[in-house]
Amino acid sequence: MPDSSLLDQVKDFANRPNPYPVYAKLRQNPVSRQDDGTAEGTWVAATHGTIARLLQDPRVSSDTLPPADRPRTGNPLTDLIVKPLKDWMMDRHRVFIFRDPPDHDALRSAVMHQFSCARVQAMRARSDALVTDLLEEKREAREIDAVDDLAYPLPVTVICELFGVPREDEPKFHGWATQLATALEPDSLSNTEIRAKNSRTFDAIGGYMGDLIREKRRHPRDDMLSGLANHATPAGVKMGDYDLIATSILMLVAGHETTVNLITNGLLTLLRHPDELERLRQDPTRAPRLIEELLRYEPPVQFRTRRTLSAIDIAGVTVPEGADLVLLLAAGNRDESVFPDPDRFDPDRTGTRHLGFGGSLHYCVGAPLARFEAEAALTALARRLKAPRLIADPPPYRQGAALRGPEHLRVAIDGIA
Amino acid sequence: MAALERAVIVGAGLAGLRGAEALREAGFSGSLTIVGAEPHFPYDRPPLSKHVLAGAIPAESTALPHGLDADVDWQLGTPAAGLDRRAGTVRLADGRALPYDRLLIATGTRARPWPNPHEGRLAGVFTLRGRDDAAALRRALAAGPRRVLVIGGGFIGCEVASLCRKLDLPVTLVDPGPTPLARVLGRTIGAFIGAIHAGHGVDLRCGTEIEWLEGAGGRLVRAHCVGGGRIEADIAVVALGAVRNTEWLDGAGLSVDPGGVDCDGAGHVLDAEGQSDPQIAAAGDVARFPHPLYDGRRVALEHWSHAVAQAAHAGRLLAGAPPDAAYGAMPTFWSTQGDLVVKSAGLTQGADAVVIAQGNPATGRFIALYGRAGRCIAAVSVDSARWLPAHAELVAAGAPFPPAGAATDRPKGVAILDPGFS
Ligand SMILES: Cc1cc2nc3c(=O)[nH]c(=O)nc-3n(C[C@H](O)[C@H](O)[C@H](O)COP(=O)(O)OP(=O)(O)OC[C@H]3O[C@@H](n4cnc5c(N)ncnc54)[C@H](O)[C@@H]3O)c2cc1C
Ligand code: HEM
Repeated sequence: MPDSSLLDQVKDFANRPNPYPVYAKLRQNPVSRQDDGTAEGTWVAATHGTIARLLQDPRVSSDTLPPADRPRTGNPLTDLIVKPLKDWMMDRHRVFIFRDPPDHDALRSAVMHQFSCARVQAMRARSDALVTDLLEEKREAREIDAVDDLAYPLPVTVICELFGVPREDEPKFHGWATQLATALEPDSLSNTEIRAKNSRTFDAIGGYMGDLIREKRRHPRDDMLSGLANHATPAGVKMGDYDLIATSILMLVAGHETTVNLITNGLLTLLRHPDELERLRQDPTRAPRLIEELLRYEPPVQFRTRRTLSAIDIAGVTVPEGADLVLLLAAGNRDESVFPDPDRFDPDRTGTRHLGFGGSLHYCVGAPLARFEAEAALTALARRLKAPRLIADPPPYRQGAALRGPEHLRVAIDGIA
Repeated sequence: MAALERAVIVGAGLAGLRGAEALREAGFSGSLTIVGAEPHFPYDRPPLSKHVLAGAIPAESTALPHGLDADVDWQLGTPAAGLDRRAGTVRLADGRALPYDRLLIATGTRARPWPNPHEGRLAGVFTLRGRDDAAALRRALAAGPRRVLVIGGGFIGCEVASLCRKLDLPVTLVDPGPTPLARVLGRTIGAFIGAIHAGHGVDLRCGTEIEWLEGAGGRLVRAHCVGGGRIEADIAVVALGAVRNTEWLDGAGLSVDPGGVDCDGAGHVLDAEGQSDPQIAAAGDVARFPHPLYDGRRVALEHWSHAVAQAAHAGRLLAGAPPDAAYGAMPTFWSTQGDLVVKSAGLTQGADAVVIAQGNPATGRFIALYGRAGRCIAAVSVDSARWLPAHAELVAAGAPFPPAGAATDRPKGVAILDPGFS
């Protein structure tokens, strides 16, 4: 039997706790073809230079989704009429993370226009308060699960408040977010069962958002959804209902598990580097640089996929037209030619250009939110957890190889200060 | 290297400064003199037509940061007036002679003045090259003129005109050519960019030439066009391109003309017989050199990044650390015109075809790729700089033109256009 390809090893669940040695092997060939049973193969870019370069190559497309194909129901009316229509609508109103310019740029500009500095700053203060509330609930506990008790609820609440989802409806979003967390995992696209579940969840959340948008049109408030629903950008971009629904779902999905992972990877890394935990406890102003280093060292999004629109010569190889391309951000982040001693966790690095938020035109829209949510959580944990100890190291991981992070992170404590 | 050696740099601009730094970095420990015609320490010019005119920063805030220690003899406010290669001296305007063992020529260019000096001296008539020009023009714009007339539709003309619109000032841009930027980018792309500026309210008059400027009481009141027609304006910005500062080299026996100082592939200047002078190098806007990317054709570039790269190269060369390759960095350029950012890689001159490789001129965002004899020779991005590096690679590799295959935001079957260079 032939060796499994390095890409298979990346996906192999056994490597989830520490995929970095496999990445190091992949970096030996900056761009390499990995067997996946197809003629083209899957091409993997694993060095900082090639990833940064491909992130801004016009022959590289983010339009990687297969055509929408909602599950059949057995009801002929639904399957023959409603389904094709809905599939068509879904294809026309894809979320912009999976779209190319010019559509991508227009939709993204509408979001950026509403992401005002003041709005972001207001959410910053709120996340500190939310973290305090969440920790308060665990006041008497001698053990916490950083995932369930803190990291999971925080980003959903932040996104709901930013969008202006009424407080009483927020619990629905926690359920939806949990289900949709798998939607960005490349392998979920080929799993029909997950796709079917996700498409039911999309229907539920889409229906809800449609109603909410109408409500925001009738009674605009000072929130992001009201802004998106009622105002055009200076260039005249205003989203229609379907794009707006899709975009809201994108913000929820793209900002959920990623932020959860950043917080839990962060706590895990700090518990593995007690000196850094102590320094953060003493000096909360270290948080920003610590978080940048986390985004390099344990990035929540380990890789993103793309497709080539035409052949590309790069690093001595030719990636053919129509090939699947994996941009292994987490491998680029450990590229020794850019980050000396790359496997060392060192928040005092300067001038790091990590790829944790991607780069170029799809650079993470939510980066400021993610940064201060993590800052709120990690500084509070460092300050308030008394004598925190990991109960299992490595902790159990979730399935995902792309959105990689612990499923639970149980920590024994002597209490919460 | 003997510590007693003397290096002189003539021109205290961008290239002079970066050349001096490179000289020191490469280990030159002799005496270092920098001669500058202006009384200012080296400063940066690109912001002058952008942030300074907009009022975002004062003209004095453009000083270039540098890594030179105190051990530099700055001769500022005294232009060099002559070069005697046999004696090995640079003569200053105040009569002093500075001996050199190594010399860097970095005197750049100056704005081409309005041809009629009397009209050019009218209050309200400006050129834009230096810091003091920018400060004066900024004051005039801030005073709220009735209308600004920009004469010349090159990069600086387009920058000034679009900036006036940002300041909400009425502005007319005249150019005798068929479109703005026609000389550098060709008529086809020039027309697209012109349309964007017209859309922002620039009164664009192409095919129009100003015959004379009328003053009253020493102030500009209007401009008269060739063949009749007048433009009422109290400010005129003369943006007719640049003249190279080479007069001080007259009689030095170098291969020099108003188009620049000729260099060999390494960066040493050539004498009138075409022989290299190993003691003298030139860099920046004033230098003309054979570019390896363009079959060794001699080019003179007025580009910021080129001045930086070539000066670094020349500094090392003079320090006796000859680089292994001929100087031939890919020419790159940018220009901020109002909110529009134009960037280029490569040289468009001589292009026989152009395609819109991505985007759509009608939306104001696109990439134009220029070809010559079936090879990519230059790429220009208009508000889509993120795609430029990939296209610059095609240019560097001399990839086949037109580009094959699909790309994001590229129409199926790109149309091959005449670039319109006359
Ligand atoms: C308004 C403006 C905007 C620009 N915008 C851009 C832009 O957006 N992008 C871009 O790529 N480029 C831009 N440029 C061009 C860029 O600034 C030049 O390419 C760059 O300054 C060239 O550097 P240099 O050192 O060769 O010449 P200069 O900067 O002109 O320096 C030459 C120096 O030599 C001095 N000098 C001249 N004669 C003598 C003498 N006889 N003795 C002693 N000293 C002398 C001059 O006073 C001057 O200080 C712009 C230029 C201007 C004027
Ligand atoms: C630690 C947390 C986060 C990480 C590590 C992260 C990472 C990333 C990365 C790597 C991309 C690039 C995708 C690509 O190139 O294909 C991206 C895009 C995106 N992110 Fe994030 N993200 C985080 C949090 C958030 C949050 C909180 C939000 C929303 C509120 C968000 C919204 C988005 C959106 C909308 C995009 C798509 C941008 C585009 O396609 O133009 N992200 N993110």
